[in-house]
Amino acid sequence: MTTLIYDGTFEGLLTAVFEIYERKLSYVKIRKGEWLSTALFEDVLQIYTDSNRAARVLKGLQQKLSNEGMKRLYIAHLADMDDEDSMLVGYIRYVFDSPHNVEEDYGNKYVLRLSEMVRMVRREKHRMEAFIRFQELADTTFYSAIEPDFNVLPLLSRHFKDRYTDQKWIIYDLKRNYGLYYDLHDVQCIALDFSTSSPSNVISAFSENEGLYQRLWQNYFKSVNIPARKNTKLHMRHIPKRYWRHLTEKF
Amino acid sequence: MLKILVFLIGMNADRITEKLNILADAAKYDVSCASSGSKRKNENKGLGNASNGICHTYTEDGRCVSLLKILLTNHCIFDCAYCVSRKSNDIKRAAFTVQEVVDLTINFYRRNYIEGLFLSSGIFYNADYTMERLVRIAKKLRTEHKFNGYIHLKSIPGASDELMREAGLYADRLSVNLEMPTEEGLKLLAPDKNRQDMIQPMNFLKKEIIQRTEEKALFKKAPQFAPAGQSTQVIIGATPENDQQILYTANHFYKNFNLKRVYYSGYVPVLSDSRLPALNTSVPMVRENRLYQADWLMRFYGFHVSEIVDQHNPHLDLDIDPKLGWALRNLQAFPIDINKADLQLILRVPGIGVQSAQKIVSARMFGKLNWEQLKKIGIAVNRAKYFITCNSNSFERRDLTGTAIKQYILSQSQSKYIKAATTQLNLF
Ligand code: SF4
Repeated sequence: MTTLIYDGTFEGLLTAVFEIYERKLSYVKIRKGEWLSTALFEDVLQIYTDSNRAARVLKGLQQKLSNEGMKRLYIAHLADMDDEDSMLVGYIRYVFDSPHNVEEDYGNKYVLRLSEMVRMVRREKHRMEAFIRFQELADTTFYSAIEPDFNVLPLLSRHFKDRYTDQKWIIYDLKRNYGLYYDLHDVQCIALDFSTSSPSNVISAFSENEGLYQRLWQNYFKSVNIPARKNTKLHMRHIPKRYWRHLTEKF
Repeated sequence: MLKILVFLIGMNADRITEKLNILADAAKYDVSCASSGSKRKNENKGLGNASNGICHTYTEDGRCVSLLKILLTNHCIFDCAYCVSRKSNDIKRAAFTVQEVVDLTINFYRRNYIEGLFLSSGIFYNADYTMERLVRIAKKLRTEHKFNGYIHLKSIPGASDELMREAGLYADRLSVNLEMPTEEGLKLLAPDKNRQDMIQPMNFLKKEIIQRTEEKALFKKAPQFAPAGQSTQVIIGATPENDQQILYTANHFYKNFNLKRVYYSGYVPVLSDSRLPALNTSVPMVRENRLYQADWLMRFYGFHVSEIVDQHNPHLDLDIDPKLGWALRNLQAFPIDINKADLQLILRVPGIGVQSAQKIVSARMFGKLNWEQLKKIGIAVNRAKYFITCNSNSFERRDLTGTAIKQYILSQSQSKYIKAATTQLNLF
């Protein structure tokens, strides 16, 4: 068993696949991060990301997978799920080792797992599209903080850009400490510095009406409830508690 | 001076809050909240689009909140027995101004609380007078605020064709509620209303939608007309109709009026009236759920209404979902071979949903599927196993009667069934 260590990028992952074939490795594990001396007694291979090698693997994949299949693989990796990289490598190897396109071979454990991962990521993406709550700042920018399980911010850009073209907005991933900022023209990546002031200070300057609309929304949420139909279990399944922190109606 | 100003703003905020409480509360019994089916894009650099059908939150009873659902007013000249806003009910009344509804919609939308507006109203003065206000709000949102979010207007029965036509130019969806599954039911509980006043605008909308769609195909620039079509709602359990009557009515309207959706709203007893179920009657939530499941079978699973309910089975079985019910009545059609059967047949197997069925058909091209793989694909094997065969050598009993299968399934999944029964629209 060889443990491959790579830098966490998609190119790095593809470089790792290149190494596996070149060195004819069969049993491998792969993980992100730095090579640590504690792993001294394991059979460890540090992968140095190489764009040429990555490009060759990518080209090979494109011949075996449809565009949609490529996209799904990319999304699954981007999601940054814990301990799933070995599954992804297993998937890529299965794709290369099969004579035809296997992306719908759900009887295979790698194909099935990839489809589950993509489903989880897409579900979180949809949840974010639903649960993001903007607060209007005094300078008329609309600000929202999120803490998604997976790295879905890149997948959200288009939806919010299409929808809110005539207002400036920020969506900030507090967990991964980066955000998207739309300035009425383009979306850019930003990092806010919360080290000197807490997030609540950075956003202390709400617009004049912000409080009113938050209260109206909270009221609305209460008014539409039908007590005779109460079903807390169902409610919790739809909105898991970990999302409540950023939901205006649950403040 | 400043103090007075603050006081005025404060009062205004309280007043608008009170109105919202009253008029959202009165609107909540209309169960439809869908915001899907439209493809309105944000092409004018305006605000929003209407192509996603997102549920932005869920009420504590687990229903999707997608739209700001309010009444323009709860003043009403009619006296429908089942309705909290009826004339003879002694409640607080309120009315929004056109501008207030516009401001609420825009500001909620900008904060990503909602997909758009679902506006209906009690009837004040007369049908056209009320409808004209509703249309004016939609028009203002679209033209003055470049609002491209979703707008659902509930048409007032008896409104003129002219107003309906204008409504269709601004709204994504229009609905006319049938209220009661049959004409007799309506006569009993809503003596001021007549079914013809509902069917007439539905008919008008159907024709107009067809004509406008043809125009749109010819001239790209032709305006959109109610792109998300029309829907209706019937109240369940306020009158004695059986499920066969309800589902045949739904089927009739799907077929003849091109309805996008029929909503079934379990009656919530809020008023005491000798014509209505007693106040302590519980909301028929399981029945409502079974009706939605049956509705889905008709729309997505290729079932004909007569396969789901008939003279001998006028009521849906509350213990089991209607698909399992059908399968148990038709055991001669099973078992089917999962590795060979058509998609249409696989869709009819209890425990297999649309997505799993499609996955099965894709996956079996790579090799015959066994129980383990089927489980992983996501089918409910504990139910499906009585109706299918797959790539397996182990002995399987095939001599069970329908009653025995039902008992087995119920005993195995009792708790799950009870849960499933209260889960609206979360099927199979
Ligand atoms: S017309 Fe509508 S608002 Fe008026 S009483 Fe009847 S159902 Fe209620």
